[in-house]
Amino acid sequence: MKNLIALLLLLTLSFGVVASEPVELQEADIDLSDNASLQRGAQHFVTYCLGCHSAKHMRYLRFALDTGVDQQKVLKDIAPEGASIYDQIHSAMNKHDAEKWFGVQPPDLSLIARSRGADWLYSYLKSYYVDPARPFGVNNLVFEDTAMPNPLWQLQGEQHAESRRTIYGEYTKLILDEPGKLSEREFDRFVNDLVNFLVYVGEPVQLERERMGKYVIFFLLVFSVIAYLLKKEYWKDVD
Amino acid sequence: MKPSRLSECGNWVLDRFPVTKFWNDHMAHYYAPKNFNIWYFFGSLALLVLVNQIITGILLTMNYKPDAKLAFDSVEYIMRDVPWGWLVRYMHSTGASAFFIVVYLHMFRALLYGSFKHPRELIWIFGMLLFVALMAEAFMGYLLPWGQMSFWGAQVIISLFSAIPVIGDDLSLWIRGDYVIADATLNRFFAFHVIAVPLVLVMLVFMHLVALHEVGSNNPDGIEIKASKDPWGHPIDGIPFHPYYTVKDLVGVGVFLLFFATIIFYMPEVGGYFLEHANFIPADPMKTPEHIAPVWYFTPFYSILRAIPDKFAGVIGMGGSIVVLFLMPWLDRCKVKSIRYRGGIFKKALFLFVVSFLALGYLGTQPVTPIATTMARLFTTIYFGFFLLMPIYTRWEKTKPVPRRLTKDQSLEEQFHALEEQLPALIEEITELKPVSTEIGHPAFKSTFFNRRPNPKGIADVISRLAIKLKGSLD
Repeated sequence: MKNLIALLLLLTLSFGVVASEPVELQEADIDLSDNASLQRGAQHFVTYCLGCHSAKHMRYLRFALDTGVDQQKVLKDIAPEGASIYDQIHSAMNKHDAEKWFGVQPPDLSLIARSRGADWLYSYLKSYYVDPARPFGVNNLVFEDTAMPNPLWQLQGEQHAESRRTIYGEYTKLILDEPGKLSEREFDRFVNDLVNFLVYVGEPVQLERERMGKYVIFFLLVFSVIAYLLKKEYWKDVD
Repeated sequence: MKPSRLSECGNWVLDRFPVTKFWNDHMAHYYAPKNFNIWYFFGSLALLVLVNQIITGILLTMNYKPDAKLAFDSVEYIMRDVPWGWLVRYMHSTGASAFFIVVYLHMFRALLYGSFKHPRELIWIFGMLLFVALMAEAFMGYLLPWGQMSFWGAQVIISLFSAIPVIGDDLSLWIRGDYVIADATLNRFFAFHVIAVPLVLVMLVFMHLVALHEVGSNNPDGIEIKASKDPWGHPIDGIPFHPYYTVKDLVGVGVFLLFFATIIFYMPEVGGYFLEHANFIPADPMKTPEHIAPVWYFTPFYSILRAIPDKFAGVIGMGGSIVVLFLMPWLDRCKVKSIRYRGGIFKKALFLFVVSFLALGYLGTQPVTPIATTMARLFTTIYFGFFLLMPIYTRWEKTKPVPRRLTKDQSLEEQFHALEEQLPALIEEITELKPVSTEIGHPAFKSTFFNRRPNPKGIADVISRLAIKLKGSLD
């Protein structure tokens, strides 16, 4: 019986190992209260992503209100030429072209942080490497055979993958061959800002929700205490 | 005293419509046993969650669009552009999971104290019908956001019907209204989710309560309080539901809402269990997600389905795992209701059943591996063993004598005080005094004092005592 329990425990615990991710993800540093980071992220998004990807559930106005940036400034610095403050963040690329060029329509990124997670996005954007076998000459460690070319290659530089064998098994490491316009630290911050913005876009109400939660929970604590005292009062003569 | 205009007006209504009678029959003069414990909160909480789902559901339909092209975006519209839409939506999505948590605990209470037994068989049957209706409601509601998991989850479940011989394919086609899950499916699921099934649910809740109030509530001692009445015909061990249990349930509501609000405001996805990550991607009939998992509350049954190698047999197994619950009042042959006075064999069987139910639930969220399948088969066997062997092991159960009147439970405060009194002795036992000498200062002034250090032998004694007590409680 004891052995059986030990066996069950061992087997149950071992599922986690089987189901683990093939690549270890790097950790993104998400801080939604950092308005400067969100603004930089929004600028990066419009410059590097909006060509192909939209974020159609997000409005420029909402971004301006949430981050406290002047609406005119959002239009001038972040939104593309000709956009209205009430517009959603739409890409100019049409579906037909997209499918012809990439084989798939680039997904809308409004909810990408909620489906993939911040760490995945952060690692994905940093894990491109040169692979001449692919149509765009690059492949990705986190998302094997991705259809997306690396839009950030000029900033990051070119990496190549190197497989190494250790006692723990085989793992692949990316090595920077040619540095890009940004240093490694600058590039990390660049990607982090972009991911921070995407996490915000995934659910703009997050900060507001957490701020409000404190009051609701405080009220419910008071309510529960009063309800308990009331119950005690009613029940004191019941035996 | 001359009646006022207002009371005359009230009497006019009461002469024609028995509000007072209804209130007295079901609240003020409805006698419930005095000794309800924590397990008895979940019935009223289920009602609270039902009301929450109906109200938030109505608000959601005001902005939701049941159209395959618009559904996904309309949910995001609610989350972002509708004032307070995010709160309403999270209340609804969290409420769905909360409903199942509360209902599972409510059902477990019935197993613990034998609430399904004579004379409450019909309450149990209505309750089980409620459970089935709730599962249908949750399943159809889950399609509405039209995300990847909505689509593929529904695809998997509806395709189960095609496993039925001869009529299977036509049946699943009829259910979907199309060859794949599509706009037609979404529209009919919307109709079922917002009106048909909720009507059934409300009707069944009504019948569940009428049946309950006819025979009266069971209690943790599993004895009939109506057996001993005072000269006025009220059960001596009973107490009017209102105000005693209304104020008590209010405490339960407060504590429940604390958990509920914490989830809504701080972790609405609950790590992908209440809102699955893949459901933030719009439904795409051309792309199957890597790993299709139903929402957590269906996973025990999904595990049973996957554990059985043949598809049709699996469907039968999954259906059987729910049907067998309906038969509980007749499978259990023991006359004693409450687990407090039942034999060790039932306690152990129930324990194994709970473990296997939880394990099946966990396995259902995980991808299939050979080990996982073997484990799922083992736990499926235990699950069915609990029910199908019940007529045998409950018949000759060694029960304890059942008291004629309710026993008195220690209140929370008394338990706390008892613990407080035991605490110094307990600390004395698990620690020991050891002399400590200071290293600082002149040796002439060196002093020794005592320090409490953990005492391994004492700790081992306490743990073994607890273990013996735990084992004893299973006999």
